[in-house]
Amino acid sequence: MADLSTNFLGIKSPNPFWLASAPPTDKEINVRRAFEAGWGGVVWKTLGEDPPVVNVNGPRYATLWSQDRRVIGFNNIELISDRPLQVNLDEIRRVKRDFPDRAMVVSLMVPVNEQSWKSILAKVADTGADGVELNFGCPHGMSERGMGSAVGQVPEYIQQVTEWCKKHTRMPVIVKLTPNITDVRFPARAAHAGGADAVSLINTVNSIMGVDLDRMTMSPVTDGLGSHGGYCGQAVKPIALNMVAEIARDPATAGMPLSGIGGITTWRDAAEFIAMGCGTVQVCTAAMVYGFKIVQDMCSGLSNFMDEKGYASIEDFRGRAVPTVKNWNQLNLNHVEKAVIDQDSCIQCGRCHVVCEDTSHQAIFAMKDGKRHFEVNDAECVGCNLCVSICPVPGTISMRALQPGETDARTGRVIDGSYANWTTHPNNPMRQGCA
Amino acid sequence: MPVDLADLKSGRLAPAEYERNFADAHPPLNRTQALIEAERCYYCYAAPCQTACPTGIDIPAFIQRVAQDNVRGAAEAILTANPLGGMCARVCPTEVLCEQACVRNTNESKPVEIGLLQRFAVEGHFANPGAKPLFERAQPTGQRIAVVGAGPAGLAAAHGLAWRGHDVVLFDAAPKLGGLNEYGLATYKVAGDFAQQEIAWLLSIGGITPKLNCRLGRDITLDGLLSEYDAVFLGLGLGGVNALGIAEPELPGLRNAVDFIAELRQSEPQTVPVGRKVVVIGGGMTAVDAAVQSKLLGAEQVTMVYRRGIDGLSASTHEQHWAQTHGVTIRCWARPLAVEADGGVLRGMRFAATTLQDGKLVDTGEQFFIEADLVLRAIGQTYEAPAGTAIELQAGRIKTDADGQTSLARVWAGGDCRAGGRDLTVEAVEHGKRAAASIHAELMGVTHG
Repeated sequence: MADLSTNFLGIKSPNPFWLASAPPTDKEINVRRAFEAGWGGVVWKTLGEDPPVVNVNGPRYATLWSQDRRVIGFNNIELISDRPLQVNLDEIRRVKRDFPDRAMVVSLMVPVNEQSWKSILAKVADTGADGVELNFGCPHGMSERGMGSAVGQVPEYIQQVTEWCKKHTRMPVIVKLTPNITDVRFPARAAHAGGADAVSLINTVNSIMGVDLDRMTMSPVTDGLGSHGGYCGQAVKPIALNMVAEIARDPATAGMPLSGIGGITTWRDAAEFIAMGCGTVQVCTAAMVYGFKIVQDMCSGLSNFMDEKGYASIEDFRGRAVPTVKNWNQLNLNHVEKAVIDQDSCIQCGRCHVVCEDTSHQAIFAMKDGKRHFEVNDAECVGCNLCVSICPVPGTISMRALQPGETDARTGRVIDGSYANWTTHPNNPMRQGCA
Repeated sequence: MPVDLADLKSGRLAPAEYERNFADAHPPLNRTQALIEAERCYYCYAAPCQTACPTGIDIPAFIQRVAQDNVRGAAEAILTANPLGGMCARVCPTEVLCEQACVRNTNESKPVEIGLLQRFAVEGHFANPGAKPLFERAQPTGQRIAVVGAGPAGLAAAHGLAWRGHDVVLFDAAPKLGGLNEYGLATYKVAGDFAQQEIAWLLSIGGITPKLNCRLGRDITLDGLLSEYDAVFLGLGLGGVNALGIAEPELPGLRNAVDFIAELRQSEPQTVPVGRKVVVIGGGMTAVDAAVQSKLLGAEQVTMVYRRGIDGLSASTHEQHWAQTHGVTIRCWARPLAVEADGGVLRGMRFAATTLQDGKLVDTGEQFFIEADLVLRAIGQTYEAPAGTAIELQAGRIKTDADGQTSLARVWAGGDCRAGGRDLTVEAVEHGKRAAASIHAELMGVTHG
């Protein structure tokens, strides 16, 4: 059986699934339940200085649903821990003592001055916790006070605070990044420059979930007023995966340990983040939607996947997909694919036809011999994958790569198996060798 | 001589049982259920369900509107194509129409519940119609049109004509509007007096003047209508009931299924007499409605007897199962031989077993007897031409073109009286709808397509 255990910055956990710093890791009772359910580790919900912050007593969460009211996006306006620091520290100590094999990382957020960080680091170290995560990501509430994403949006602050932390603790320091920036590589480089042991990402994305059209207010509201929240859940996974990949392939940060966060709901999501370079993954929304037991299904799926593929450990496939992420100008423009519709499993809904007709390349016939029948017209198909993307029946439409010797019916060109990208394309006025 | 009616009586059940038995057969979806179901729709291109609907309702559009919580918009999509979309939602054999065509059947054998969603949308709109009517009449044209027969075809024609600005007088021989909707459907299909509720909505467009208790050939004539009106639409239905083709003595226990069904619709069920043992002759929807309702009235043993095999039943598989789960025995391959009575009291029926021989239905030589206190004839109805009309017929019904125009100038026909249909409510609506467009085009001198 595959070995799911991880050793991330020297922090060991029986599986790569950590609960992210968030409401599920707010209190001893929650974290005990999590460990009993099988979570490999937790990042304890962010501690700050006393007096503790105060949360609203109105809606803190809101959701975006897909069909059948499945949660695909999730928004929160909770602040950092609203309990006294010492209560949290005592609980962390007790839980770590009782679950020594689990990762206990503590998230921190204090004002940007060295003394504040020095002071809290010492208190955390005293609990026996395995590491700290610097919360430079929280996009709501705390950022108005010059903390959270207000720090994460300024690379110089990131580097400064990271340096202080490295100076004042021997615990591993993970810097949690905000996605609410234009280019995630800059904060990652700053963390790296400050000596961070790892970065974790992404924190939540600034979001307003909706508008109440009866009351004409944003939604949700507390007593008629609302504030933007932080968005997470499955809907943000592609954003997170891109940011992880950007850092993983950036020469300035390549090789820096990554903890992946953002919409991880299934073992498959987790495996994707690992393949993109992450040493552990952090989960929140899936637990808040389904409860802690979901980790067992994630472990089961990941273990079976690894067995099937012959990966003995997480490290065996970590980062495998990173070299495939390139700039667009490196893609092979001589490669040609065509969509193929499996007539045996096609249910004849016709959506591929109408979307191709209306919004793409008019490359799917709707009729054959006077009958409803959907078939790709290779002479028009550009291989865009729209039909595959919207077909409601899994596996019914697939893409087929033309093999050397085959002729592209659209262009009349014979495929020769060669590689040529935009940098050398005749249409590129900036092409290499162009005067 | 007193007639022994001991086993043909009303009030066999407790009042609560009647209430339960004749309540809504398929309760409506609530909002949550409707939203879940609506989200199952794939919003197909040139949707097969829409093609399968005789009135061509844009089903993906109305379901999408239900899913988007836009009930008025959903009702508009339905009622534009089918002004009796509410009744059709309840009585259409969706399992052989829209729902049979649903692409969900391929992988799940469970189509989107189009009928129930349609009912949700239409009834939701009726319950909360808003201030502005869904349809407003065009400017008055000054044209007057007589619509004879206020069943589904006549109602649809009247609505389509009134909407286009014509003035319609809607005649019917019965004391209430609705035709088969009011008199010909099982009570549990139209719970809540839905037929009249729908008619009230339909008439609310204005420009339709009902004239009840007015029978063509008795109180009015086609010639008279043609001299008084600019055009005439005939939605006469089928006035005659097929005889069994054997001696049919006058007995209290031998009657037409359609009369039995109508009586149930027009009275409290506890007042309608039913036998302890009932035989229904026939295999269509009328036979099923009569058989199931007999059972629901407290009959102990109800047998539907059909002369051919189960595949020949015109009642859909769904209807057959409905009958069977209500305890009706469906007996195939038998034809009536004789009504047996004793001292003026029906005792049962003798049947000849049948089989197919070289494609022809023949007797096998075997006979059997089924005891019955009530025998209901349901072997089909026929068109009865009203006195004084001379319209060309085809296979015994009025011959028309695709738009419903008859052999007589300025006369259109639709519904069951028109030749060449499947005798479905939804088809009758389409006839009326198309005839209204055709009449309008003809009267206003525009080309219609």
